[in-house]
Order: sequence, then structure tokens, then C-alpha cells
Amino acid sequence: MSKIHVTTSINGDQVEYLCEPHETLLDVLRDRVGLTGAKEGCGSGDCGACSVELDGRLVCSCLVLGAEAEGKEVQTIEGMADGEKLHPLQQKLLEHAALQCGICTPGILVAAKALLEKNPDPTETEVRYWLAGNLCRCTGYDKIIRAVLDAAAEMRGA
Amino acid sequence: MVKVVLWGSLRSATGGLTDVEVDAANTGELLKALVEKYPELESIIEEGVSVAIDGLIYKEAWFTPIKPDSEVVLMPYMKGG
Amino acid sequence: MVNEYVESKSDASDVTESKRDFKIVGTRPLRPDGIDKVTGRAMFGADMSAPGMLHGATLRSPHPHARILSIDVSKALALDGVKAVVTSKDFVKQDNSGNQDTLDNLMARDKVLYHGHAVAAVAAVNVDVANSAAKLIKVEYEILPHETDVDAAMLPGAPVLHEGRKFSSVPEGSSPNVSSYWEFGHGDVDEGFAKADIIVERSFKTAATHQGYIEPHACLATMGADGRGELWVCTQGHFMVRELAAAFNGIDASQLRVTASEIGGGFGGKTTVYLEPVAVALARKSGRPVKMVMTRDEVFRATGPTVSSSTDVKIGMTKDGRITAGQAKLRYQGGAYPNITAMLGAMTAFAAYDLDAVQTLAWNVLTNRPKQAAYRAPGAPMAIYTVESVIDEMCQKLDLDPLEVRLLNAARKGTKSSYGPTFDEIGLVATLEAAKAHPHYAAPLGPNQGRGVSCGFWFNFAGNTSVSIAVSPDGTVAVTEGNPDIGGSRASISMMAAEELGIPYDKVRTIVADTNSIGFNDVTDGSRVTFSVGLATIKAARAAIKNMCGRAAMVWGIDPDAVEWKDGAAVPTGHNAGNFPPMTLAEIARDAGKTGGPIAGHFEANADGAGVSFGVHLVDIEVDPETGFTKVLRYTVFQDAGKAIHPAYVEGQMQGGAVQGIGWALNEEYIYGDDGILQNAGFLDYRIPVASDLPMIDAVILEIPNPGHPYGVRGVGETGIVPPLAAVANGVSHAAGVRMAELPMSPPRILAAIDGAKG
Ligand code: FES
Ligand code: FES
Repeated sequence: MSKIHVTTSINGDQVEYLCEPHETLLDVLRDRVGLTGAKEGCGSGDCGACSVELDGRLVCSCLVLGAEAEGKEVQTIEGMADGEKLHPLQQKLLEHAALQCGICTPGILVAAKALLEKNPDPTETEVRYWLAGNLCRCTGYDKIIRAVLDAAAEMRGA
Repeated sequence: MVKVVLWGSLRSATGGLTDVEVDAANTGELLKALVEKYPELESIIEEGVSVAIDGLIYKEAWFTPIKPDSEVVLMPYMKGG
Repeated sequence: MVNEYVESKSDASDVTESKRDFKIVGTRPLRPDGIDKVTGRAMFGADMSAPGMLHGATLRSPHPHARILSIDVSKALALDGVKAVVTSKDFVKQDNSGNQDTLDNLMARDKVLYHGHAVAAVAAVNVDVANSAAKLIKVEYEILPHETDVDAAMLPGAPVLHEGRKFSSVPEGSSPNVSSYWEFGHGDVDEGFAKADIIVERSFKTAATHQGYIEPHACLATMGADGRGELWVCTQGHFMVRELAAAFNGIDASQLRVTASEIGGGFGGKTTVYLEPVAVALARKSGRPVKMVMTRDEVFRATGPTVSSSTDVKIGMTKDGRITAGQAKLRYQGGAYPNITAMLGAMTAFAAYDLDAVQTLAWNVLTNRPKQAAYRAPGAPMAIYTVESVIDEMCQKLDLDPLEVRLLNAARKGTKSSYGPTFDEIGLVATLEAAKAHPHYAAPLGPNQGRGVSCGFWFNFAGNTSVSIAVSPDGTVAVTEGNPDIGGSRASISMMAAEELGIPYDKVRTIVADTNSIGFNDVTDGSRVTFSVGLATIKAARAAIKNMCGRAAMVWGIDPDAVEWKDGAAVPTGHNAGNFPPMTLAEIARDAGKTGGPIAGHFEANADGAGVSFGVHLVDIEVDPETGFTKVLRYTVFQDAGKAIHPAYVEGQMQGGAVQGIGWALNEEYIYGDDGILQNAGFLDYRIPVASDLPMIDAVILEIPNPGHPYGVRGVGETGIVPPLAAVANGVSHAAGVRMAELPMSPPRILAAIDGAKG
């Protein structure tokens, strides 16, 4: 079985790689491209730790094939801050102490960013349902939800 | 002499007692004296025990002083979490 | 929210400076590892690679109980790209039975004792090849009968896991699957029950639950032919990993340098070894770095969940709510190897109460399930659940307020605890009173809604700890400690160092050093880090301060005793000592080379003096009588932190513990079929709470200082998981109008109970 050649854009940079036909985008990102920010918590779409955006759509990268990224735009946690300047969601998660171990944090941030792109003014319930696919075992979600609502308010300039 | 309170299931090693008395001025002496008096306690003490003196649990130190009127409780070694 | 509770401060101990005005302790600065964690830069267990690295894979038993007749690895070794295979024969036999059990658990020796038990491991050029090779290993098994239920495993004729093995402390005539027996308590329970107006006796069951850390176990090992190696691993205790991985491989501990990665959750589950000794063995055999990462399926099948339990409780009470006697018989199964969790259950079951007569009996039973691992306050949640459920039922029967009854019976300073020692300053009464006064307790409830209350308790541990502090020439400070940071401890340690030294928080950086860079440390367990490492940090800082005061004295030409440390500077103790302006830490550091050399302080001790922590939880639950579906409407946690160093992370521990307990109460469960195979080894079917299941979790911190810590710190990490089981069960029972005696209270179970009550 020969490898597939893929040309894609990751966080705005053009990237080329060879991957196995069955290889997931998560494995490609972590093992071939060297971006280990997306985490594997389950490999089956249940934990959200591997969340990335593919052409602006929130996906579990463990459920996407590396080959599917051909010609698309991939956004990962590594592309979220603008140089030294953190995205408001990153800043708010820090300020609210909304991470303990931090393994879920990249996935939560990518998912929350996708939410706020669609819905800049979500209710608490909307945030809770949107993030229901992102497991966090440490925090009980309280501080995460508060941080996301706070970031949304700040981004709206409220 | 110090009075030592043992946990209930140690009764099988002490002929039915859970309150025993031994001569000891520190925790190490206490454990030695217990084994001398009740040889069946040896394996349990070797597996690891802590000593609580006046409410404070000393995990495994040998040289913690014990006053004659101290409350001394032998405790199983705890770990986890 | 932090409530300062002053009333209970009696004879202020000289160790605790709880009255001290803190400048940094009690504030909420950003954590030092935060930026790395929100940008994806932080390196966790599976994030490290090495040049020439191989990947490991494990072959696991397809049977819950079988004798291994032979293992043939030749086909696997012959596969292209396979570099090494190991089995139990590659490891060194251990003298210590506990260590041998750990070794047998990570690589089965004569028998496989549960489905998923490792039998061999392979290192190959990539994961695909390693997995294919593992499948080529031929194992011949003689299948044996199995048992996964705690009560059934105690019956005569049950399959025996460890034939012929003698367990000390087990009474004659017990089932050969009983690996330990424990008894605690004081007073005469028969006499106590005779004094009771009512006696309630109930039996309860709780399911095994998994810690559910989101990061699977992972490590990367390198091993030279000279027996020197490196190990990168996500663990709660890299010194523990070093001791075990070295001993199992017959190498010297000091030659194996273990570095703790960032850790993606542990909750007790990463206080032992699974992959690490295997990766070291594979690296040694292959001469190449070997990375091993578990799949989620492996995490569920082969790492430790907590115990499942079956418990009988009997409590006697007078009409006005005074408990006259309490008794509990606890039977825990913790999988295929001995453990002490039942003992901890027996010690903690009645710890919240001041009782004249109390007795707890506990058995640990061996079954064909994975070896249990510690899970947050191990043993306590399921024990306290049973006691708190019965007390709630008695309050209901006697029409008494559940918080008043708990206050009436609450353990306090001077109470002889149910596990032996007499309590010093403790915070249970303050916590109960805070709950009683909170608006949540008075809020109205709607139809099909119920309010549950429960107390909780955990000992908190101390233990072996090493910390060193170095003052840099530019006046900043490096703190080196050896306990993996599982919940923000680097922040709280930096805060305590800054507080003691009198310098800003951001002038301190705390790192968790590898095993060759700092003295030995016990595992991060028992909520010990903020207490023990904090204590050691304060003492190390004091050593550095003493040194710096000495330098100032030299410069000023006065006696070192005439210099004290104030607000980050050496000052003369008074006019008589001399009239010199303060000499700051930065000034002393700048000239250190001229006054005697580098300035550092260190402290190593087997710390004692940990303070117990009590909590009280209030929960409002709604039950849909048509479906048995439950909704948690409101949740408030009250807990004594002693002193909250970083209140946001203390709240985080309380909230996280509460939610793990809610999951345990409502959903989480290891489900076995008759075939002895775990049926729900994934997050889809083993459902931990998700964001949409929950309300906000209000956290109220009480501060009743621990006399054994300079700042009054108690551990806070574990108590929070204890009360939810009974609080939620009591809430469900009130909402549904039926008593629930089995966890989890999944909708079908609740529905069955409602239908059963209708008759
Ligand atoms: S790793 Fe992709 S959802 Fe868990
Ligand atoms: S912070 Fe640990 S899983 Fe979310």
C-alpha cells in the first residue's frame, strides 16, 4: 500500500505530507507535522480533546483521515494566539483558572472558538450543549463555562 | 508504660486485647516493644504501620517522642488518592 | 467565595500563623504553566519523541481467567520491523509481595486474572507493525472459571484467583479470595443499639468506577547497554516509577532518570506503573528509544478502576436524633490483587461523627477484574455513602432536619475518631453551619424535586518531600520540587515561596525536577502536595532567609541574631542592633559572590501533621417519574481548606470532585457480562458527566487552620468526591419518593424503584 501525498494549509501555512490511507488527521498532525497540541483522549470521537477546525467546521481530528485534509484549511490550537497575543478565550480560561491538568484545554478552546464564530452571544445552556462533546474530568466545567461566557462578552465589546 | 490502642482485627495477635501497654519513649521503641510482647504483630508491623500520638499521625518515623500520658494509636499504613 | 471562620480558633498553636496578614497567599494569580497549556505547547506523556524511536504494543488476555501454558513469540519476532518482544520472563522477581503483584499485573506470569491482562509486549518501527506483531504471538491458555462479583467471589466454591497463597490478617475459615480483613471502632455497639429508639439496617451496592483521566497512560524510555536510562512519563509520582521500573528490570534506581511530563489527570489512577517498566525492558532489548501509549480501551480494561462494594449498615438513634451506635460491614472487590481500599472505607465510614459505640468490619475480595488503583479519597465515598444514606432515612422517619442531626452528632475537637485518634481542630461543625445558613438550604423546591445532604471526610497525607530554593544573582528565585503538578500546585508553591521571602509572585518560578535533580519525594497522592511541598517550601525559604540575614550581618558587622527578615529585606532587629537601611533580597543576591557564594535553601523531611478535611454538599435533584431521568438543578459544596493558598484552584478541586461524585452516583459503572468481559470500555458507554448534564457548582471555602502547617493548609483534593454519592442519592430518594440503595442510579434503576414502590 503506498502513501498518499497531501497538500493542505495548517494555521495558514502551506504544508505537505505523505500519510497512510487509514491514518487519521490527528496522527498526521501529531506524528508527521509535529503539532502535538491536539490530544488523543479516546480515538473514537467521544472526548473532543483532538478538536480542530477543518474549513471552519469543528471536527474531531481522530475521526478525519489525514488524506481528507487535501486542499482544505486546518486550524489547530497552535494557530489560535496571534504571536505573543493570546486569543480572548485563551486569556479568559487562564484568568478563570478554568484548567487544572490542561489536557482537555486545547480541544475546549478550539470548540469554544468555533461556537463564538457562529454565535457570538450564547446563553449558558448553549455553551454547555456546544461543549458537551468535550470531556473535562478535572474542573466540573463550572469555570470553563464562565470563562467562555466572559470571553464572548469581551469579544462583543460588552 | 504507654497505653497503645490497636485496631480491632489485631486482637487475633494479642490474645483478644485492643488496649495494650508497653514500655517506650519513642515510636521506634514502641514498635519494637509491641513485637517483643506480641510476636504475631511482627508481620503486620513490618508491612507498615503508622503511629498516631495525641491525634497526629506519624507515618513511619522511629524517633518521635512519646510521653507516658500521650494518646497512642497504632494505625495501618495508608496510601492512595 | 471564602468564609473566614473565626469562632473555632481556640488556643492558637505556635506553629500556625493563621492570624498572619498574607500578601500573596489567598490571591488568585495566573498559573505559571498556563500559557503553555492554552497554546498547545505543554508537553504531556504522549507528546515526546526521540530520534530512532520505536513504538510499543501490548498483547492482552482474551480470557477473564486462564492458566498460561505457553507463549510463542517467534512469528512476531520474524515480522519485518519488529525489534524486541518481552514477556514476564524478562522481569526480575520481587521479594516484596506488593511489588510482585504490581509486576504480575503489568505482565502476567502464570495465569491471566482478568480480560485485558497483559501477557507480552512488542517494540516495532511503527504502531501498525507493533500491533500486527502482537497478534502473531501465540499463547496457549487453559481456560478457568471466573468471577467478577464481590459477594459471589466470597462464596464457597467460587473460582480461586491465587491458589495456595497465604494472606496475613485473614481469619481462619475465610474464603480463599479474601485477601484482607479489618476491624475498627470503639465502645460497645450492642449496648448502643439497646439505647436506640429506632434502628435502621440497610444493604447497599456501588459499582466500580474509573478515574477517567482524559490522558491515557504514556511514556518514552531510552536505555543504554550500560544500564543507564531515561524515562519520560505522565505519572503522579516519578520517583515511584523510578523505584519500580528499576527494580523490575534489575537496574540501579539512580541510573534511571525519570522526568515527569505534564500530566493529563490522575485522580489516584497514576500512582502505580503499567507501561513504564515494559518500555524500559523493550528499550534495553532493542537498543532504541521506545514509546508506549495506551488506547482508551486499554485504559478501561487494564488500569485500575476503583472497587465495587456491597455494604450492610446498621445505625441506632434516639428520637431526638442522637446516634447511639453505628455499625458497617463492608465487602469490597478491587480486582485480581490485594489492596487496602476496604480498610480505608472501614476507617472513614463513620469519621464525621462523635460516637460512643462504633464498629466497622471490612473484607477485601479478589475477583477477575483489573487491579484496582487509588481513586480520590480511596474507599471513603462508597463507605460514607451508605452511612449518610441511612442517617438521611432516619431523619426522614423521625421528621428531623438532616443538618441539625448532623450538627448534633458532629465530630469536633476532642472527639475520638471512628478510626482511633482524637481529633484536633477540625472544620465539620463550621462547614455544617455554613450549609445551614446558605440560601441554597432554604430555597423552595418544585414538584418531583428533592434536596440531598451529605457529609464527607478525608484524612489527607503528608510524607517524604524535598524542596530546594535558589536565589539567582538578579534577585529572582527558582524553586525546585519533585511532585508532579496535577492541579495547579506550581502556582501555590510559588505563592508560598514568594510570601515567605517577601518578593512578588512573578519573581518566582517553580519547576518539577527529574529524579536525579532533587531528593526523594513520595507520590502526589492523598492531597499531600500543597501541605507537604508547601511546608517544605516555606522551610527551604526560611533556610535561605537565614543565610541572607547572615550575609547582611556580615556586611553591617553586627551579630547575625540581630538581623531579621521583613518584607523581602534584611533589617536590624531594633535600634540597639544598629541603624542600617533594609538590605533587599536583590541586593544581597547581587553581592552574594562577595559575601560567601551562592544563596540557596533546601528542606527534606518525611512531613507529618497533615490535617483532615471535612465537607458538606447540598444538591437539588429533579426526577422524571415517567422515565427515571435525573437532572441536577443546583449544587453547593462547603469544605474546610484550612487555608486556601490559591482559592480558585481550591474551588476547582471542590467542583471537580463533586462532579466526579455526581457521575459515580448517576451514571458511571463497570458493566460485566456473564462472560467476565467488560462491556463498556469507552467514553461512549462509560459515560462521565458532560457540560450539559450539570449546573454551576457553587463552592464555599471554609478556613479552619490546620495546626500542623505554618499557614494552616489542609489538603483539599479528595474530600470533594466523598459527599456527592449520598447527597445525590438522598436527593433522588426525596424527589422520587423511594429509597435508592444501589449506585449508579441510572434511569432504569430509578424507574424500577418507583414502579416497585407503586407495588
Ligand atoms: S481523541 Fe478524538 S474525540 Fe477523543
Ligand atoms: S483540566 Fe483536566 S481534563 Fe480538563
